[in-house]
Amino acid sequence: MADRRPVTGWGRSTRSDASLVRGVGIDDLRRVVTESTPRGVLARGMGRSYNDSAQNAGGVLVDTGRRHIELDPSTGIVDVGSAVSLDELMRSLLPHGWFVPVTPGTRLVSVGGAIASDVHGKNHHVDGSIGVHLESLDLMTPDGAVRTVAPADPASAAVFWATVGGLGLTGLVLSCRLRCTPVESSRVLVETVRTRDLDHTMRVLVDADERTRYSVAWVDLIAGGAALGRGVVTLGDHAPAESVTAGDPLTFSPDQLAAVPPWYDVSLLNRLTIRAFNELWYRKAPKHRVDELQPISAFFHPLDMLGRWNRLYGRRGFVQYQMVVPDEATETVRATIETLVGRRVPSFLAVLKRFGAANEAPLSFPKPGWTLALDIPAGVAGLPDILDELDAMVLEAGGRVYLAKDGRVAPELVEAMYPRLDEWRAVVDELDPDHRICSDLDRRLGLRRRSP
Amino acid sequence: MRDALGAVQRVLVLGGTSEIGLAIVDELVSSARLVEVVLACRDPSAAAPAIERLAAVGVSARSVAFDARAPETHAAVLDDAASAGDVDVVVVAVGVLGDQETLRRDPVATAALVNVNLAGCASAMVASAALFERQGHGRLVVLSSVAGLRVRPSNAVYGSTKAGLDGLALALADSLHGSGIGVVVVRPGFVHTRMTAGLDPAPLSTDPQTVARLTVEGMRAGRTVVWAPRSLRWMFLVLRALPAPLWRVVSARG
Repeated sequence: MADRRPVTGWGRSTRSDASLVRGVGIDDLRRVVTESTPRGVLARGMGRSYNDSAQNAGGVLVDTGRRHIELDPSTGIVDVGSAVSLDELMRSLLPHGWFVPVTPGTRLVSVGGAIASDVHGKNHHVDGSIGVHLESLDLMTPDGAVRTVAPADPASAAVFWATVGGLGLTGLVLSCRLRCTPVESSRVLVETVRTRDLDHTMRVLVDADERTRYSVAWVDLIAGGAALGRGVVTLGDHAPAESVTAGDPLTFSPDQLAAVPPWYDVSLLNRLTIRAFNELWYRKAPKHRVDELQPISAFFHPLDMLGRWNRLYGRRGFVQYQMVVPDEATETVRATIETLVGRRVPSFLAVLKRFGAANEAPLSFPKPGWTLALDIPAGVAGLPDILDELDAMVLEAGGRVYLAKDGRVAPELVEAMYPRLDEWRAVVDELDPDHRICSDLDRRLGLRRRSP
Repeated sequence: MRDALGAVQRVLVLGGTSEIGLAIVDELVSSARLVEVVLACRDPSAAAPAIERLAAVGVSARSVAFDARAPETHAAVLDDAASAGDVDVVVVAVGVLGDQETLRRDPVATAALVNVNLAGCASAMVASAALFERQGHGRLVVLSSVAGLRVRPSNAVYGSTKAGLDGLALALADSLHGSGIGVVVVRPGFVHTRMTAGLDPAPLSTDPQTVARLTVEGMRAGRTVVWAPRSLRWMFLVLRALPAPLWRVVSARG
């Protein structure tokens, strides 16, 4: 096919060739879906999933081209196309005093991708993941029909929840109605606490559960011994209008400060640089600071300031490992960090966070407890075995890994990690009996059992 | 499907009784994601011991008939290997050493050896690349040899076939550069195997396990050329630059 191109995930550690097409209108999308090749079709947004969940080797990847943003300023419900990025959405919502109910660590994800991954943010312990903020969504099912599915509609709730966190495998999400959060400003009031060790880090996070909307801890994965699990906890909430003294409190126009050149391919992140960064990051944090006013972009999306930062990991790329374990499994969190520190796995960014209630989606990742996420260079010696060990500990504790990010979990563990997988399969089998929707992730893990 | 750390799920070995080919399979088994191994050999029953050994470690293996001399059947062998799912790696491990003293006087035997080592492998490589193109991904591992880098008179026919194979594999690698399909050209030196039993080992000789380890490492790192052992790279940088009179002296020993 003429426009066949190599495609990778954000981690650049998986690569396969696919034909990229852009849908122009519903009829065009319908043709793409129903006339798809033996290797099937999959929607791809901004390509920010770390793994192969937005790849379709030998098949078709489609940009849905749905780019409308229609806000009802009185209710805060926005009708938004799946190809719109959260960045664009925030830029258009904030001047009206509305904010997205959930934002991941980057604004540069599409609305469709956010739904397919059921993304969560620093407010999960209070607000849950994005799926619970949807009134309804429009889905082009694999037969080419467009269906509006909603959690409140008994006839379509099963398809709705199979789509939320469904990794794009139920069809093409075209648009959705999203309930937004009212805000008075585009700033966040931030409290920062530098913590001594893991107990301290966890205690600050637990204490914040009740009183803070946004909370997250950066954990130093180099420090061991008595300092194991030390880090910097940041807590925040939207700032009231009066706290912004100069200019329009709702101004939002974040800029990228710099970008890694598109050809850059040499790994800069190794044990040495990562160690230096961790030490610096820890030391530069104040011991305790309150009421710091930060722009939304600095608080939620610091990495978006450096374009193409994924290239800093070099040619082999990196993987992100994110797991969740129940509240009582604090020892598993400790053992995980101990393993990573002890085996000298360099991690540039390790994040520990609280999760609140799970939602009804069978493949949604978050559930109550602790979640730990870290980026690791893919070439680290012994990494496959180390991560397999972590998987075993996580599973033993009743936890799981995040399928929208993970690039290497053993397929046979997925069913145990996601006990409702069969329920999801039943819905998808009915929607897509001919297996028109395919992804590399599905091929690798056999989510639908066997892929063409 | 290959994962983000380079572990693979389905492997086809063309020349399924090759010691280096099987050592590569063993090396891939250790990444614990292998689902199926297909061993393609002239006599499928010859793969039975390897199949048993793989079954003992929980990897399903089967053999299929494959004749390098029958290029018209190669595409079907590839399709058969992919019948249960994508083939992540094809190892081309077909090769006959031959006895140079005999070959020197036997044009028919010479052509027959070239037919297996070069024509057969070339056809298998093209068939593999076609499968990978349909799949949108795959890794083609071609067992070349340093014997092809500067062909010695004492190993003339074998060395020439490896020279041709090496060239074809490198060109294929270039044409696929940056895509989801990769080619790994493996250049072992003297490897202690059945094929070389009874021969005087050359300097820097190695074993199939070392070749396999370096191959899988190279594949994960995205390298196109793998030397086994690594030092051969420098040795051959020198050997290839030697003036002919000096080369004749050096190549005459062994």
